[in-house]
Amino acid sequence: MQQIRIKKMFFSRKTVPYVFIFPFVLSFGLFFLYPVVSIVQMSFQSVLPGKVEFIGLENYRQLLNPTFFKAIKNSLLYMIIILAILIPVPMVLACIINSKKMVGKTLFKSALFIPALTSVVVAGTIFRLSFAETAGALANHIIGLFGMAPIKWLRNASTGFPVLIFLSFWRWIGINLLYFLSGLQSIPEEIYESADLDGAGAVKKFWYISRPMLQPITTYVLTITIYGGLSMFTESYMLWSGNKSPNDMGLTIVGYLYRTGWEQNNMGFGAAIGVFLLAVTLILNAVQLKISGRRENA
Amino acid sequence: MKKRLIASALSVLMTVSLLTGCGGNANNQDSGESTEGKAAESKDESTKADNQEQKSDGNAEATKLSLWLTEQLHVEFYDEMEKLWNEQNPDKQIELEYTVLPYEDMHSKLLIALQAGTGAPDMADIELGKFSNFLKGDPQLVALNDVIEPYKGDMVQSRLDIYSKDGNYYGLDFHVGASMMYYNTELLEQADVDYTTIKTWDDYHEAGKKVLEKTGMPMTAVDTGDVFSFFPLLSQQGSGLLKEDGTNNIDSPEMVKALTFVQEMLNDGTAVISPGGSHHSEEYWGFMNGSQAVSVSMPMWYMNRFTDHMPDLSGKMVIAPNPVWTEGGDRSVGLGGTGTAVTVQSTHPELAAEFLAYAKLSVEGNIRLYTILGFDPLRPDVWEMDEVRNADTKFEKYFENPPFESLMEVKDEIPAIIVGENFPDVMNAMTTTILYRAFENMEDPAIICKEEAAMLK
Repeated sequence: MQQIRIKKMFFSRKTVPYVFIFPFVLSFGLFFLYPVVSIVQMSFQSVLPGKVEFIGLENYRQLLNPTFFKAIKNSLLYMIIILAILIPVPMVLACIINSKKMVGKTLFKSALFIPALTSVVVAGTIFRLSFAETAGALANHIIGLFGMAPIKWLRNASTGFPVLIFLSFWRWIGINLLYFLSGLQSIPEEIYESADLDGAGAVKKFWYISRPMLQPITTYVLTITIYGGLSMFTESYMLWSGNKSPNDMGLTIVGYLYRTGWEQNNMGFGAAIGVFLLAVTLILNAVQLKISGRRENA
Repeated sequence: MKKRLIASALSVLMTVSLLTGCGGNANNQDSGESTEGKAAESKDESTKADNQEQKSDGNAEATKLSLWLTEQLHVEFYDEMEKLWNEQNPDKQIELEYTVLPYEDMHSKLLIALQAGTGAPDMADIELGKFSNFLKGDPQLVALNDVIEPYKGDMVQSRLDIYSKDGNYYGLDFHVGASMMYYNTELLEQADVDYTTIKTWDDYHEAGKKVLEKTGMPMTAVDTGDVFSFFPLLSQQGSGLLKEDGTNNIDSPEMVKALTFVQEMLNDGTAVISPGGSHHSEEYWGFMNGSQAVSVSMPMWYMNRFTDHMPDLSGKMVIAPNPVWTEGGDRSVGLGGTGTAVTVQSTHPELAAEFLAYAKLSVEGNIRLYTILGFDPLRPDVWEMDEVRNADTKFEKYFENPPFESLMEVKDEIPAIIVGENFPDVMNAMTTTILYRAFENMEDPAIICKEEAAMLK
């Protein structure tokens, strides 16, 4: 009798939802909540084998150094440029690919998406070799055809950073393109037809129909790009084959975290950087959501 | 019935796919992730196969000792020493398991494993530029004082001190690392320059101008990503990267003088920046191999880079002492170094320590440190032995003069450098920003030194 009652309770309508979300809650608590709490705690400590001591705000005070500011500058600059390129361009490309007059739609979709399937590690290494400073490297070979002398791509800040942007652009354009393409599918055909009847050209149609109706997708892409840009690490790490870009031209916030936290065994300091990144991203995204929320309601 | 079957099959599938996340290493691209022993083994490169052949036949009791390294070249040496050890110690056989990882990755992984308390190997080759990181807090390395004791008197003491803390020795090095100058005699002959007449850095600079005029090639290539070639300019002035008290020595007149000298050479073309930024890059090897620079100042251990990566220069290279600022000073300095250590996580620390001491400090080990790796070993008594002086290794075949000839000339002029907890940070600053700003951007050395010193401890 008891067994049947327990069984009934367990499988009853009331408890089933909790049973289903239990795995998620467990992994959330274990892999997300616990590390965040632990990081905040570690950022106030000096963590060395055998000697974990509380040092208050010392880690945060040490954060105020030129290298960290450089890392912030690099990450912010990277994020802004990525936002400027990786939202308008895929949006326009998606509209072009989606238009009825487009030939070879699948070809272009696949060609633009395949880079996103490559491993960042492999892509970064290939880019590093392509942009090597020797005359025979791919990039130098191409500009050589135009009669230009070989450039030390990755050892000059003015060329190294653009190469980094190019790598990210090459890699992520496919993903954003896909997001916008799927967003475009949800716009009803009739709107475009009535715009045609009113005599709207392609540009007007894009600006007044596609763009506003893609607003929810754009908000989402904006959010993940802000986070992705600020926390970029692997591209920079692979492009300069390690965390040591000359004169820190490619150093990002997470790159600095990796250097001090892992390579220099200063985990408390690394934790402080992590907390900083979390705070900045949260604030930026909150502001961004508020602004776009206001626009949606307007 | 069918629906139930499908439903249960699906739920089993979902559960199983949940579990594939555990223990799967294929997605673990970020080398910064915390590792269990599994991840280390999954990165195990070809050497495991080689090792199986070395296993002492029929002896199932060989103790397995794991070893993490960054240089594939060192494996040959360890294999040889493992064989000798097993011959001489049939009751204490060992079997080494190697894991060769890239430089930064290996050290980061090791640090994480030691911090986490699990996943570290029995032994590891820890390079001097990173060693101080492992001594912070409670060093998670085994003190090797006991096994070093019998050999202590025969060794160059400074090579033990640089890996020590509070009187405990934690690492055993491969070599002294005496800095020497490697000259391309073919280019020198074309310019009618005799390297034996180059005594001071001014002589060197003048010779460079002559060579540039006659052959169009620079005298040397300087690094922005490495300090080995730059260091003699500092050490010969009695200076270094750290002061006696462990704080950085960047903002010093000696540093400014050294940087200025190199800038002068860069300005008139007698020096260029190494392609790839360092003498360890493939671009540089191709450059040097093509006789595009006359000389390079690197430690003795750089010999095997010549034999293995620059074959076209065979028979054209000679090893000579470095020039000095003023005649009579110490011409060389001990640079680089890898302190092999035993970690506290080892299950056989005593055996590992004994083997290490045998490999690095015994006469047989020291002879092979030269004959296999081309290193200047830690025991000066070995330098004079026949097996070394009259060895017929690939190094004798490659270089015009016997490698130890010039080394013996400077054997009393090899001071040690000052290291400390601050060393990795200062090294990092030098190889990332300071040399770059001085040589690529050609900024004023006094300003660079002031600014950079302020950012370091």
